[in-house]
Amino acid sequence: MNRFLQVAWLVVWKDLRVEARSKEMLFTTLFFAISIVLVFSFGFVRAGQAVEGAAAGILWIAMAFSGTLALGRAFERERYHDALRGLLLAPVDRPAIYLGKLVGLLLLLSLVETVVAVLVAFLFGVPFFRHGWWLFLMLSLGTVGFASVGTLFSAMLVRTRSRTVLLPVLLYPVTIPVLIMGVSGTTALVQAEPDLAMARLWISLLFFFDTVFLTLALWTFEPVMTE
Amino acid sequence: MVSSGDVDFERVTVSDVSRFYGRRRALSRVNFDCASGEIVGLLGPNGAGKSTLLSVLATLAEPSTGKVRYGAWSARAGGAKLRAKIGFLAHDLQLYPELSARENLEFFAGLYGLDRCEARADAALASAGLEFRADEVVEGFSRGMRQRLALERAMIHAPRLMLFDEPFTGLDEASCTALVDRLRHLRGDGRIVIVATHDLDVVDGVLDREILLTGGKLQVLRQSGTLRERYRAAVAKRRGNEQRVKPLQKNVQDQDSEDENGASP
Amino acid sequence: MHRRLFPVLSGLSLCFFLVAPVLIVGAPYESTMGLVQKIFYFHFPAWMAMFLAIFILGISSGVYLFRRKPSADRLAVAAAELAVVFGLMGLITGPLWGIKAWGVWWQWDARLTMAVVLELILVAYLLLRQYGGAGSDRLAAGLGLFAMANVPFLYISTEIWRTVHPRTSVVPTLPVDFGVPLWWSLVGFIVLCLSLLSVRCRLEEQRAMLDQLYLAVEEE
Repeated sequence: MNRFLQVAWLVVWKDLRVEARSKEMLFTTLFFAISIVLVFSFGFVRAGQAVEGAAAGILWIAMAFSGTLALGRAFERERYHDALRGLLLAPVDRPAIYLGKLVGLLLLLSLVETVVAVLVAFLFGVPFFRHGWWLFLMLSLGTVGFASVGTLFSAMLVRTRSRTVLLPVLLYPVTIPVLIMGVSGTTALVQAEPDLAMARLWISLLFFFDTVFLTLALWTFEPVMTE
Repeated sequence: MVSSGDVDFERVTVSDVSRFYGRRRALSRVNFDCASGEIVGLLGPNGAGKSTLLSVLATLAEPSTGKVRYGAWSARAGGAKLRAKIGFLAHDLQLYPELSARENLEFFAGLYGLDRCEARADAALASAGLEFRADEVVEGFSRGMRQRLALERAMIHAPRLMLFDEPFTGLDEASCTALVDRLRHLRGDGRIVIVATHDLDVVDGVLDREILLTGGKLQVLRQSGTLRERYRAAVAKRRGNEQRVKPLQKNVQDQDSEDENGASP
Repeated sequence: MHRRLFPVLSGLSLCFFLVAPVLIVGAPYESTMGLVQKIFYFHFPAWMAMFLAIFILGISSGVYLFRRKPSADRLAVAAAELAVVFGLMGLITGPLWGIKAWGVWWQWDARLTMAVVLELILVAYLLLRQYGGAGSDRLAAGLGLFAMANVPFLYISTEIWRTVHPRTSVVPTLPVDFGVPLWWSLVGFIVLCLSLLSVRCRLEEQRAMLDQLYLAVEEE
């Protein structure tokens, strides 16, 4: 178990080092997320007022879209110079590699989401931080759910042609429950009379989703990555 | 299942290995074996299946039929411990361009669970002649420098089986000679070395045995002449065989498309 | 195996489908909806056939991924295609009923929404197999497992999502009346699904045999 976590940590460290040199993914993903928020705003703001409930939706859509972008880029890096096969050759439990890539991605996405949440709260006057910890929990669980499926699919597609277009095609339908749960839960938190019981329900469903799909991903990573 | 303790082996045996997907066949009933202290050359034209065979040997790919045995172990039984004894220098070098030479080596040393990573990285850098460029990012290195670094990375865990995929590509004369010397050194150390290459003149005289792959099939080279002459003869012979087979294949294909278009068989 | 199974199954499903109209016509009219409700005898069994196909897809994908049995892969492809077909049947009959019952084609009914998402996942599976190139069989098996695992989550989340949102009017959903005609249609559809599955598997088997022959010619 120790070795497993050690390897995962090594992969995270490597990804952080690589990213720290160029900061390419951080800046591009962040900028992309901000653009998405603005693009959707123009769709949903009428006469200076946002359509009701739009804010929660925009927050989660921004997460999904920028997450997909980051996933594509993260694995593009591994594809370059065949580095992923270098990792798979190592005498390690292959799911540890998956975990390492996942954690690295989660770190990036949490940074991006914090900025997006602040931006959406600012633009739409939504009281995101009234129940800040609940929102934090909901966003974290939702991001873990989305990213765990996304990391597996992205790794799976790394040697496939049409991978850039196949990733969203595969990922979005499978992660629709995350979006439904996240948006509904966030709405329950920020509506005029917050429904904490409802929010708790959505949070527990998200937790359940994460457990099932993270386990499934860890379990299928090795057979799916063998050629 | 393998018991605790190291996995090690003296021979690698490839039995009846094929790899195909639908109608595309990459390898066809390949049989050979090799023992420690041997340099085996894997020759063949582009697309003959050399890279596929190396992937199978490295346990990255599974054969569709047949099996590979490493001493008493199979790829599945050996698992991670078997991978600890295999080194692979791929054509794409598998280095991270944003990291420095030292960081690349330390990362892989850690991944392979080696102790004293820094010391090993230093030794590897010295061996590659890159001590003075150790902290520069790999992106700025020439092909030859990257090759030397990738070679050290692939061997940092002292593998028993060493696989090379086109290692002489883009190297100048001096680097080629250095690499050939390295191969000899590995042989002396009792490793099993398999080199896939196009550069016949470079490896002529170094190889203990040659395996020729054409169209995924194994072929024997005749004994006399330089490596290049023997290679050419074998490939020409194979092409002659193919001329015979093509009309047969075309028959099957025509029948197939007729059936699909609804014509009576 | 498939060669013997198909005539039996298709014969059986033919019997079911021939008798079904008699039963359906004889069934009592439902109080609020009248004749339109009888679309249910197609709608519900089509859904059930789709779920059966998704279940088969998930299990055979798992077997293929972990045991590498080629027959499991063939079964998975067949199941995915059939799930798409039966899903489409459900998605067409749903709005047809809806336009009469609700006055609109679509009002985000929980079941229909779930079915659309499932249909998307299944189409994604087929796209992956078609455009993924070499090795996509194994990747698709991974997706197949995820598809099956997703069904309960989609069901629960769309259900709760729809109950939370207030509705503008009292919106009826298709009533579930488990009488004889429904059971009959249900069994009929399931037998049809299985018979189509067997013939589709046979087709894949024959394609595989053809590939083997093609490869064998090259062997000489």
